Amino acid sequence: MRREGSPFAGASTVALKEAADHMTSARIHLVILLIILTAAGAIYGAIGQIKASVGQDPFLFLRLLTTSQQPLPSFVAFLGFLLPLVGIALGFDAVNGEYNRRTMSRILSQPIYRDALLAGKFLGGLTVIGICLVTLWLLITGMGILTLGLPPSGEEILRGVAFLITSLAYAGVWLAVSLLFSTIFRSPATSALAALTLWLVLTLFWGMIAPLAASVIAPLNPFDPMTAVHQVEVSQAIARISPNTLYAETMLALLNPATRSLGLVFMNQLEGAVIGAPLPFGQSVLLIWPQLSGLVAAMVLVYTVAYVAFQRQEIRAG
Amino acid sequence: MSTSIIEAKGLSKRYGQTIAVDALDLTVEKGEVFGLLGPNGAGKTTSILLFLGLTEPSAGQVRVLGLDPLREPLSVKRRVGYLPDSVGFYDNMTARENLAYIARLGSIPAREAQRRIAQALDRVHLNDVADRRVATFSRGMRQRLGIADLLVKACEVAILDEPTSGLDPQSTQELLDLIGKLARDGITIVLSSHLLSMVQMICTRVALFHQGKVGLVGKVGDLARQVLGGSYVIEVEAGGCDTVSLVQGLAGVTSATGIGSEVTRVDADRDVRGDIARTIVEAGGALTRLSMDRSSLDEVYVRYFEQVAHAA
Repeated sequence: MRREGSPFAGASTVALKEAADHMTSARIHLVILLIILTAAGAIYGAIGQIKASVGQDPFLFLRLLTTSQQPLPSFVAFLGFLLPLVGIALGFDAVNGEYNRRTMSRILSQPIYRDALLAGKFLGGLTVIGICLVTLWLLITGMGILTLGLPPSGEEILRGVAFLITSLAYAGVWLAVSLLFSTIFRSPATSALAALTLWLVLTLFWGMIAPLAASVIAPLNPFDPMTAVHQVEVSQAIARISPNTLYAETMLALLNPATRSLGLVFMNQLEGAVIGAPLPFGQSVLLIWPQLSGLVAAMVLVYTVAYVAFQRQEIRAG
Repeated sequence: MSTSIIEAKGLSKRYGQTIAVDALDLTVEKGEVFGLLGPNGAGKTTSILLFLGLTEPSAGQVRVLGLDPLREPLSVKRRVGYLPDSVGFYDNMTARENLAYIARLGSIPAREAQRRIAQALDRVHLNDVADRRVATFSRGMRQRLGIADLLVKACEVAILDEPTSGLDPQSTQELLDLIGKLARDGITIVLSSHLLSMVQMICTRVALFHQGKVGLVGKVGDLARQVLGGSYVIEVEAGGCDTVSLVQGLAGVTSATGIGSEVTRVDADRDVRGDIARTIVEAGGALTRLSMDRSSLDEVYVRYFEQVAHAA
């Protein structure tokens, strides 16, 4: 027998309320301030660098995002590091907070399904992230127009939009992760710590773990050069478990149109290629399609786990 | 169609090894104020969650307003209001915003919701603080806001879980008055409590819970008769006469014992207060107090659980 009504009735109400809550919470203001400050620093550095080496680059606006000036990393590298923090800040007390405020049973006794509550919280968080990203991108573009004196080209805007979508999916993964932890752990502190631990492991340490693990799984044979190739491939596959790697690769291909491959390339595969010539937008998207689907799939998967955990939860416990 | 609002048959709920509700049979009729009574952990809250479909029964079934809360949860939840034990609100929102949020979740049209919210806040006397953040509210105010929540929803059945727990006597009285008004408006009320005197004051029928089972169901008076049997306990306080020997001779009195300097406890098989008063006054005694807590739910409760303990 089917249950009556739509499982998503009320989801938009919850989403709007959550978004409004986030927008006014001190926690998000702090995180956004941090991002804006790092963005300003990174872009300022990039502008200095670009001005010093004005060349025939057709993608100046993309350079704004990817150029780094020592000791500051590029804006995109900052985002790869900080976007998870935004996702975690928005979600770590989403579900357990309702229990702790003792609002859960009252909300669930309204004519909505549990689905609506969780989906609403997720969509509300995504909305806020989306608004922040668009704002940030517009700010940067504006800064670029002011300092470089050029408008962005159509292709740069296309690539910028693709960059926004990927960033949203990337932050969405972390929002789903923190939502999951907020469902599993009753204490917001525990769930925040768990999410932050995972964040540190996947963004900072994963790059060290992946080659180590690869050398164990696929040891080098000094007499067989193919084992070296095999090891690099294994290492790359392990590295791609981390959403951080997927995001970095996507950014590389999207914002640096000259990128032709994200893996190993042999000389014979480059026959006839004009090294350094930019790929058209469509080809770059083709290149990052697996990475982008990987990010979206991770987001959906983690959300589903959180969904199942939430549906099976007894309301009164705790 | 029957007038049963809630009908539970063999309703059971197990959490792992522990049995929270054990084969509950219960019927609540329309217009009743029904009390679920019992010590903490007796299964009252779990029963309520089962009625609302917020948790799934391990066995048995329940019908609320003729609907199955598991299969038609939205219809049930639209018509049944729930005030949980120590209800929570979103602290960073005002009272009005909290109610508006609930109204939107119940898809009540904005204009209608606005009207109902103003009315509800007025009824629970929270008008003056309607636009203050709930974080500043006292516990009594929160409970009243919870009642306003039910009013905005315009529910047919209100289920209140320990509505007065942790409230001071004045807030308790205010809340009880509000609940009484709800009942007079024709809303069927189910409330749980371990405060017996409160239940006694406003409930038409009560169910005594004990370890997940319903021991007794009925009107307070009937329960008293059932549990206390035909025994009436009367306390007499009188000076200037030998109360014990005077009273002992009366018809219907089974025993009389002095329990204080001027206080006598009389056990009787019917209400003999009139006879006692007359006898003492005629003997020239000064009658200062004559009391009988025959239908006190407290006594029913204590006696009942004593009996259960003895039987076990």
